Amino acid sequence: MKDLGFSISQSRTIDLDKSDLSAYRRVVEKVPSAKLCLMCGACTATCTARNHTDFNFRKVHLLFRRGQFEGLAEELDKCMLCGKCRLVCNRGVNTRAIIYNMRIILENLNYKSIK
Amino acid sequence: MNKADVVVIGGGPAGIEAAYNLARDNHKVVLVEKEEEIFGHMQTAYTLFPNFQDASEIRSSLLQKTKHGNITLYNNAEVTQVSRENDFWRVQTINGLDFIAPAVLLASGFKTFDARYKEELGYGIYKGVITSVEFEEMLKVGKIQTANGEKPRRIAFLNCVGSRDEKVGNHYCSRVCCINAVKLSIEAKKQLPEVEAYCFYMDIRMSGQFYEELYRKSQEDFDVNYIRGRISEVAPTFDNRLQVKCEDTLSQTPLKMTVDLLVLMIGIEASEGTARIGEQVGVNGEYNFSKSISLHTADNKTKHRGFFLAGTCKRPLTVPETMADARAAALEIDLYLKSLSQ
Repeated sequence: MKDLGFSISQSRTIDLDKSDLSAYRRVVEKVPSAKLCLMCGACTATCTARNHTDFNFRKVHLLFRRGQFEGLAEELDKCMLCGKCRLVCNRGVNTRAIIYNMRIILENLNYKSIK
Repeated sequence: MNKADVVVIGGGPAGIEAAYNLARDNHKVVLVEKEEEIFGHMQTAYTLFPNFQDASEIRSSLLQKTKHGNITLYNNAEVTQVSRENDFWRVQTINGLDFIAPAVLLASGFKTFDARYKEELGYGIYKGVITSVEFEEMLKVGKIQTANGEKPRRIAFLNCVGSRDEKVGNHYCSRVCCINAVKLSIEAKKQLPEVEAYCFYMDIRMSGQFYEELYRKSQEDFDVNYIRGRISEVAPTFDNRLQVKCEDTLSQTPLKMTVDLLVLMIGIEASEGTARIGEQVGVNGEYNFSKSISLHTADNKTKHRGFFLAGTCKRPLTVPETMADARAAALEIDLYLKSLSQ
């Protein structure tokens, strides 16, 4: 077929039927407090990595929860695991442990970050 | 020892409303208030949501009610001891008063959260950080100003300070702060039309009648801005303003902003009297709020005969809810006293 210069772009819809939601269940098994997050963004606002990068923990956490893993490994590399986010969390979420476990799971799922 | 039909503990809206309704039913009521002044937290109120009713009208109405012939009001009478003596309750106060009555109504109310526990928000550290109660007092005297006595250009309101916060041990929602922030921001715009008002929230909870309409009005007529994100850091700027940081969660971007006043919408906790008397009598429930025997069917009764509850000693309530609850408590007590005389 003649190339008209158009291509089909990736769907921008999160299709929960096709998303892998089991990975997040594994995070929750390790870090039960993950369930308590209400996405207020206090963690992201206080993040030290945020001063130098565009790291957004709340967003990464939510995308992981929805099974949208593309690009997350690179994002998570920006975190220095300082734990400041955990101090401000008003729901007592162990944010640092969530990051640590998401990294391991992504590694196992072969989502490699470019180091 | 002085005899009465009912001792009402607490001279706020709940205590006064209940005392008045009991007095109208020909019961001899002793009303004890720990402070010099009655009205409780109504004392500092400027206007009431959602209809902007002048709080001084409520105060005069309450004051009038305390003057009923069957009510004896004692000020500066903090209750030290409540105990059961045979079929009666004995109530003793710090100023040496001693009452005995078949029924006691606990209407000892709430206290506001001490914002100093949230150190990262800078209350008690930076002068521009104030509580919603202090802002209400500014509105009352018509003087919204910064610590330097200047007119603020920008005011931020932060919801859920001391509520929905595991770090301070309060998991519950205080219910009134969301709508109160809407009210305060509108009042701020009425007094200073050129000021910019921003409300920071985790969720906006507009569950009462006319609340949603007021929220809408604040956006439509008063240009109040709403940002979904919890402020987690406050820092001073070189010119003595305040930089607040949150994530604008809806745009998924961290956000910072310089403001002149940061108003912390402090939550509701059980008052010290509520906690202490509840402990003595054995009616303490979660978070030291007092516990009735049935939330749905007997919310003014406790597991002790003759010991009743009204108002915010049980949980965070709005003013109309408190007043209605007080009237319900008065009815329960009236029935109880009548059952004793039969």
